[in-house]
Parts: sequence; C-alpha cells; structure tokens
Amino acid sequence: MKAEVILIDRPDVMQLHDMTAHRLELFSSAVQAGFPSPAADYDAEPIDLNAYITQNPTATFLARVEGDSMIGAHIEPGDLVVIDRSLQATSGRIVLAFVAGEFTIKRLMQKPDGAYLEPENPKYESIRITQADMGRIWGVVVGIVKKV
Amino acid sequence: MATTSRFALVDCNSFYVSCERVFRPELEDVPVVVLSNNDGCVIARSKEAKALGIKMGTPYFQVKDMMERERVEVFSSNYELYGDMSRRVVSTLSQFTPNLEIYSIDECFLDLSHLRPEEVEAYGHRIRHTVERWTGIPVSVGVACTKTLAKLANRLAKKRAKAKEVLALHTPAEIEEALRESSVKDVWGIGRQHAKRLEQLNVVTAWDLSRMPEGWVKKNMAVTGLRTLLELRGQPCQDLEPETPDRKNICTSRSFGRPLTELEDIAEALSTHTVRCATKLRRQNSCATGVTVFLMTNRFAVTENVYCNSRTIQLPRPTNSELELLSRAMHLLKNMFRPGKRYVKVGIILNDLVPASEVQLDLFSNQDGEKHKKLMSTLDTLRQRFGHHALKYAVQGNKNEKDVEEEKRAPWMLQKKFLSSPYTTSLKGLLRIKT
Ligand SMILES: [Mg+2]
Repeated sequence: MKAEVILIDRPDVMQLHDMTAHRLELFSSAVQAGFPSPAADYDAEPIDLNAYITQNPTATFLARVEGDSMIGAHIEPGDLVVIDRSLQATSGRIVLAFVAGEFTIKRLMQKPDGAYLEPENPKYESIRITQADMGRIWGVVVGIVKKV
Repeated sequence: MATTSRFALVDCNSFYVSCERVFRPELEDVPVVVLSNNDGCVIARSKEAKALGIKMGTPYFQVKDMMERERVEVFSSNYELYGDMSRRVVSTLSQFTPNLEIYSIDECFLDLSHLRPEEVEAYGHRIRHTVERWTGIPVSVGVACTKTLAKLANRLAKKRAKAKEVLALHTPAEIEEALRESSVKDVWGIGRQHAKRLEQLNVVTAWDLSRMPEGWVKKNMAVTGLRTLLELRGQPCQDLEPETPDRKNICTSRSFGRPLTELEDIAEALSTHTVRCATKLRRQNSCATGVTVFLMTNRFAVTENVYCNSRTIQLPRPTNSELELLSRAMHLLKNMFRPGKRYVKVGIILNDLVPASEVQLDLFSNQDGEKHKKLMSTLDTLRQRFGHHALKYAVQGNKNEKDVEEEKRAPWMLQKKFLSSPYTTSLKGLLRIKT
C-alpha cells in the first residue's frame, strides 16, 4: 500500500482529526484464528499521518497550489499545502497571505524597513508590506502533500 | 465547599456570513447575506447588510433589486461548510474547558466556574482571540452566574462598543445595569406571547421582570417562566446539558428544488433520505420499530388542492437494515402517491428506536438478519471512506445530489444559485492559490 494513495484519494481527507478509519498501517499483523497473538500485549497505535502533518487539526486547512512562484521551496502547481492558522508567522516562515485582494503563498521576511513576502522563483518580485492594511497573514504553511 | 457557578455563552457573530468571509477575506467590510435552503429568504446578515435595513427572514425576491443596487454579496446556504466550521469552533472552545454544551450551530455554553473572578475578563478575551485565530470566526462572549444572564451578557457584549465583544457580569450592580438595558422580549426563554403580555402590564425591561413576584410568574408563565425569573435574579436553575442523548425518532426530509410530479423522481429523493436516515440509525447503534413516510404538496399554493399525507407501518421485527427500510419506504410511498399533483417535500421518520443490542437477543431472528448486519457494516465502512454517493441503489438514480452543474443535479435537489465551495470538506472544493 502506498502512502500517497491513502492520503490523497480520500474525499474526506480534510477532516484530519477523525480519520481513524483511514490510518495507514505500515506494520499490521493479521491475527490468525485460534492462536493468541504474541504481540497482543504490545499493540501500538497505527501510524497516524495526520498527526505527522499537523500538530493542530482544528486550526489546519488545505489549499490547492496553482502558481509557480514558490517552486524553489518545492511548492508546485497541483500540490496541496497544509496551513496551520494557530502558529505565529515569524520571519523566515512560508505563509498564506491575503494581499491586494488575492491569496498568495510566500516566505515572510521581517527586515528593518518593513515586512517582505518573498517568492522562491527568480521570475517574481518580492512584495513589500509597509502598512498593516496592505495585507494580512491567513496562516502558516506547515506541509506540502504531493501526488507522485 | 460550595463553588459559585459561572457560565459563558460564546456566540459566533453572523456565523454563516463569517464562514463565507474566512475564505473570501475581500468581503470583510462588504454587506453580505446568506439565503435559506432553496434560496428562499435571508437567514444571515453581516452588520453592513443589517445597516441597509435587510431584515431576517425577508424573502429573497423582495430585496433582490435593492441588494443588486447596493452590491450586497449573496450566498446560498453552504451547510457542509458551516457544519465543519462549527465543529472547529467547538473543538477550539473545548481547549478552554472540558465542560461545554453545544447549544446551537453557532453557540456554546462553557462552564467557567474554575476561574477566579478577576481572571474571567482576560479569559474571555483569550477565548475570543483563539477562536478567531484558529478558525477565522469572530465570536462574542458573555459571562455570568446563570445561563440566562450569560445569554443576556452576550447580547450586550455585542451591543456595548466598549465591551469589545466580551462582557462579564460579576456584581449585583453590574447585573442590575445589564437587566435595565435589556428589554423583556430579548430575555432567553421569553416567547413572543409572554413578552406581549408582560409589556401590557408595563413590564418592559428584564429588570422589571426580575422584580415580579414569584407566585405571579409561576401562575402565569409556568415553571419555565419561574426558572427564567430566578436565573435573572442570579440563582442558577439550569446546568450544562452535555451531549444530546440518543434520540427516540430520527427523521430525514428535504424540500425539493422545484415541485415534482413523477413518482420516479420522488422515489429517488426518498431512497436517498432513507439511506442517510438508516446510516444515522446505525451510527447510534439503534434499530427502528416503525417507519413513517410523509409526502407534501405546496402548502402555500392556494390554487392547487393541498395534499399532505403520511403513512406509518410497524415492522415485524426492529431493524436497521437499509434494504428492509428501503423496501418498506417505497411501498408506503407508492400507496400514498397520487398522480397529477405537484409535490414539494418527502421525508422518512424512523420511529420507536431501540438499542441494537436488545434486538440481537431475539431468538426468532432469521438468517437474513445476520447477512444484512454484515452487509450494512460493510456499506458503512465504504461510505465513510468514499462518501455517500459512492454506493447507491438503482432507485436513487445516477445523478449526483451535490453536483454544482444544474443538469447533473438530481431534479429534487434544492436550488442553490450562489453556493460557495465546500472549502473544508472536499478536495475538489479547496481554496486555489495562485502562489
Ligand atoms: Mg450568532
């Protein structure tokens, strides 16, 4: 079983916290009838990819990438980005921002002359935020889900 | 040691509108309304829309032209989105106390009796900031020693500008001021009839009501009225009601998008409702003892002869097999259906629910019972994984009930012309970001 199939093909992948039915069991041992499993006393929880992807499912949202301004950070068209709204957007983090009436994903850099939203593709220019009302941070990008 | 009770009512501001705005931040200061099922009337308004004089419940067609002129942003109700956002708000609130009651899709009561009085205000602001930060939904918080007063404080938290959406009532003086500021018709639990009657007696404010003699209130407004009176005076009479207990009946029904005349189309809707209803039934580990199907023509169309009918049958044995429920429901529908009428609604009610565990003890249950049970649990697992339209019966038709494109949608589906995307519940509906 491949991880990406489990993660991506489910229509209800959004409900990250109650995905118990879709957990990826990397090492599951089927119990044979009649024989008590020697591992019965050691049963561990199956690996939960949701917990790996986000610390806080309640504040986590997914979005689909359409542009190429962040390909240097491996964020490519068609990818899903995982956004955690509860995290502090500190300098150096990749963020989902809403600037000039549009959503955009960029790296936030705090500099002495203002905050910058920097692309990771030389084709694009940085956006300088000088006033608070120019834009706002919607959430912090904490992961990318790719289908291979 | 007796602890003083303290309740917070957390209420999402213009909840449906706020849900839409989370994914459309450009609508922040723009008038926005959300329409009811089938785009009938206005059921949620932003404060800018309220300022334009758009009233709650106004039929859409009455304000359509005005809203176009004023550039009001209009949405069909997107309950998938609102349901998921509501779940997120509740889950955020449960970080603050394990004792909470979900009162409605956009309101929760929280038990805050563990706090010291001087901590309450700051805690309220922290709740507000956290919910807004995590979910994008603005909330207001009212805190007091009874649920009725917490409700009242919440109203004032929104109304008083200097409260900044958080108001805690501690002292008798603060409570009195709040009661004097609130009219009796806005008190939680006071219906329109009682409010009218009280106003005739010159009981206008919540404070006036709180001064009424207990005997009079008990005599004229029954025990619930008395409870309200005592709660206004600061005596808690109602505790939190956690988790709704499993229900005795469950019902699934919906109005059609447009009137239907063909049995086949109605059967399609009813079968889909039946499957959903049966899924709910199994989720709470119950079996139904009876099935009711109801069918309605347009109640408001005076020109047509109104026909509203329902049929109920007792089942020979309680069941939660949708195969059996489907065949019973179809049978009832066929009995009731009269050609030449325009139907607007069909629904199913599963009656007299009993725990499934009791049913299994039945010695006379046939082998089919076991087979059905296995099949149902397989279906539930598959549907949980792949969604409800993944597995359907032929009678449900091949159209997708959620399809946004008109012609692909089943004819019994509601009109939703201004439906936003299921941003949080479907991979196809996600926000798209041109990075
Ligand atoms: Mg509300």
